[in-house]
This record gives sequence, structure tokens and C-alpha cells, in this order.
Amino acid sequence: MTDDTSLRAPLVIEYPFTRTTGPVVGAFLTALREGFVVGTRASDGRVLVPPAEFDPVTNTPLTEVVEVGSEGVITSWTWVTEPVPAPQRPAGEEPPWDPSVDAQPFDRPFAWVLVRLDGADTSLLTVADVEDPAQLHTGLRVRIRWRAEREGSIRDIEAVEPVVSGEDLP
Amino acid sequence: MRDVAVVAFAQSASAQEGDRNEVEVLMPVVTEVRDQVGVTTADLDFVCSGSTDYQAGVPFSFVMTLDAIGPWPPIRESHVDMDGAWALYEAWVKIQMGAADTALVYAYGKSSPGDIRRVLSRQLDPYVTAPLWPDPDALAALQARCLLDADMATEADFASVAARSLAAAEANPHAVVAGARSVEDLLDEAYLASPLRRHDCPPVTDGAAAVILAAGDRARDLCERPAWITGIDHRIDPHQLGMRDLTAAPSVRVAAERAGVADGPVDVAELHTPYSHQELIVRRELGLADGTEVNPSGGALVANAVMAAGLVRIGEVAERISSGRAGRGVAHATSGPCLQQNLVCVLEGDRGR
Repeated sequence: MTDDTSLRAPLVIEYPFTRTTGPVVGAFLTALREGFVVGTRASDGRVLVPPAEFDPVTNTPLTEVVEVGSEGVITSWTWVTEPVPAPQRPAGEEPPWDPSVDAQPFDRPFAWVLVRLDGADTSLLTVADVEDPAQLHTGLRVRIRWRAEREGSIRDIEAVEPVVSGEDLP
Repeated sequence: MRDVAVVAFAQSASAQEGDRNEVEVLMPVVTEVRDQVGVTTADLDFVCSGSTDYQAGVPFSFVMTLDAIGPWPPIRESHVDMDGAWALYEAWVKIQMGAADTALVYAYGKSSPGDIRRVLSRQLDPYVTAPLWPDPDALAALQARCLLDADMATEADFASVAARSLAAAEANPHAVVAGARSVEDLLDEAYLASPLRRHDCPPVTDGAAAVILAAGDRARDLCERPAWITGIDHRIDPHQLGMRDLTAAPSVRVAAERAGVADGPVDVAELHTPYSHQELIVRRELGLADGTEVNPSGGALVANAVMAAGLVRIGEVAERISSGRAGRGVAHATSGPCLQQNLVCVLEGDRGR
């Protein structure tokens, strides 16, 4: 129960950890800042993108960093009509988070996609910037659209877009 | 191995608890489960709970919730930041080690106060996935699409699971959604996250569950027909979504083998599959025969108290065995995105009774 005399205080849940990303994830994020993508080579020769620090089957440390392409194919997708919004604060209060990074990449209907980049054997989760779900299908060839100002974050990949002149794989 | 059984089970679930806090939600459930077998907290050797601070929104939230069981005089207790099914696993190990003969296991979670979709995005890889804030419905939809693309299921198959669950929910007082609907009717609805519709996804649920475990003769003293745990195992698949074949759940398969699912007929299975298409995957990985009754409670599609819903599955199977409605059953619990982590528990009544 609340009334006008109730005391109010903001409850902000934060887990403000700072992490050292290490030689594998660090290499991946550094490459994103420079505008390209790397993965790691697994024990069975597969190229894992995003990279894994340890082999998913043998558990051995993976150290060979491999560059892959900025184009690839969609391996799965979903069209979301109602994106999950950042929480709203009462009028007049500044939210303690940055809605440009502390929420889903779009606040309009959009697509989540898994993309297997050229040279990679696994898929990366990102978003596709298209107007309509009819433009999407599994196997669609897409290209990364990079954010203009990059800082070494997965969000340096703004979205993927259909490759207009490219070959559309089945 | 010691013979360990589920001897009591209680639960509560609602779409929104409103003013009741976690202790107030849990207390009647714990009281009910103790009363079923006539024990007090002092009679129990060990207490283990499952919940998550991310849902409660405060650190060490489980310490406050201990008020629901009365931890004075001092008790021996533990907690896992996991579904209560994994708390039950810890208690089972404790009993196997001979460190306890009885245990109370409980789990709880209120999803309604916050946005559970944002909360669950925090369990993902912190470098390459969580910064995008993907919600569980969208990730599950990517998995469902993989099944469609591989011709392993149709959208009508998804709707069939939902229709059967919603019909079963009419007999479940703890269901927060219920009501028989036809597959055609369900398929007419709009997508929530294509190819999934609202009914393919779990309802926001607040709830709690509690189980009492007992070993050997103590179990027989407490319960006329204990539900013996004849096998229990849990396994995990890689956390990178794009590294997995999302049409499969190898961790379910391995856990099922080690728990001995195939060692006898399965009368009933309660599967913790919050998304309709996931039931198809888990059924296949468990190797269930057509004659097995799956999710007679309606499953997680009709009540999904995050952190308690897996323990509820074990309780639902145990209750059916203890009441004589089933002889042998399988309970499954899951955690993480797209069936990443899985626990399989085989329960059985006394043979020849």
C-alpha cells in the first residue's frame, strides 16, 4: 500500500564487476573494436565464433586465434514484435542506466539471428536490421554493419543486413 | 547406495502474489509438507534450498527466507543458486554420504515484481551474449526455428503440446493458465517471437515448492508408499548457443542414461520444458515410449515458478507414485537458455505393492 506520505527510495540492482577478458575473449573484443571478427580453432579443427576458451569436447585450452569473414549466413532467426523495454523510472528521475546499451538493440520490432560467418563452424547471436520478417529466411546471406565508434564490445556489431548483390545460399 | 525416497511434497503457484513476500509464500508450503509426514524442523537432519538473488533483487536473499522454516535452534542447511531440483540433488548426496537420514528441500521465486525476461538475460555469457539483453522467449524461438528447418517438427506440433498442457491444467489447482483449446484455434494466434506464440511460452508465475527426503526405514516410517529415487543425474551443454545443435539436448540424453530411465517402463513423466517445442526434444532424448503419460500436471507451460518449477516436476511424479497412480516415473528439470543444463530423476514405488 502506498499513499502520498510514503517514503520512497530507488532500488537499483547492480552487479558492478570488472573483469579481465584474457587472451581469447580479449582477442575477440579487440578485433571487434578494429572492425573484424576472430574465433578459436577447436581440437577437431572447427573454428568457433564467438571463440571458446576451452574445447567443448576435450576441455583442452584453445589458443589458436583465427580471423573469419564479416559476411555469413543466417542459421536461425526469430521476429520479435514487442522488444523487451528498459525499465521506466518515475517522471523526472534520471535512470541510472544507459538505455543505448542496457537494453535490447532495438525498441521496435526486429529479428534476433544466429549467423555463421564465412570461415566459422559455429554461429554468433546478433540482430538483423530489416523492416519485415518476410525479408528473412534461414540461409540468407548477411553482412555485419559496424558501429561507427567502437569500443571493444559485442555491440560494436550494430546489426547484420542482407547482402543485396551476394549469393543466397540454400 | 542408500535407498532414498521422496516422502512428502507441497507447492503453491499464482500469477501474482502481490503483497505476500517470499517468506509468506513459502511458509504455508513448508508447513504443509512437514504436516504431511508429521515432522518438525527439529526432526530433519538437513535443509537445502534453491532460489536466486537476481530474482529477489537483493543479495543473500535466501538467508532471509530461512525465517520460513525456523532456523533456531541452529540447523544444518545449504543453498544453491539453482532450481530446487539441484538443491534436492545436493540433499540426496548428503544422505548418500551418511551425513543425514532426512532432508527438507525447498525452492521459491517471484517473477512478477520485475521483468523476468531481463533478469534471465543476466545468466548468459557476460561478454558476447548478455550485453545484447536477449530474452528467453527469443532464444527459445531460435531453437524452435531450428526444429522446423530440420523438418523435425511443425508449428502444429508445438500447438499440440500447448493444447494438451492447457487441457491437463484444468485438473491442476496450481496452474496459472488453463482451458482446453483446439490446435487450430491456437495456430490462429499471432506470433510472440516467431515461430512461437504466447501459448508456446511459459506464464509469469510466483510460487514455491517443498519436498521431504528420507532414507531406508525412516522413509517407510514416514510414508506408506515412498517414491524411491532409483537414479538421478545432471549434465550441462556448452553455454555458447551457436556452438550447440539446438535441435538436440545431449545433456538430457547422458543424464537419462546414467539415471537409468530405460531400465524399466515409464508410466509418467513430468518434463520441465517451459517452451512447447522443448517437450519434443526432451521426450526424444529421454527415449520415452508412446505409452508414457507426459506432463499430466500441464507442466511448465501452465505454471513456471522460476527456481521452483524443476523441483515441482519431481514432486508431481513422486505424488503420483505415493498415491498409487503410477509405479515408475521420470522427472526432468532444466536451467539456462534452450535446455542448456538438465537433471533427470527416476522414481519408483515399492515393487509388488
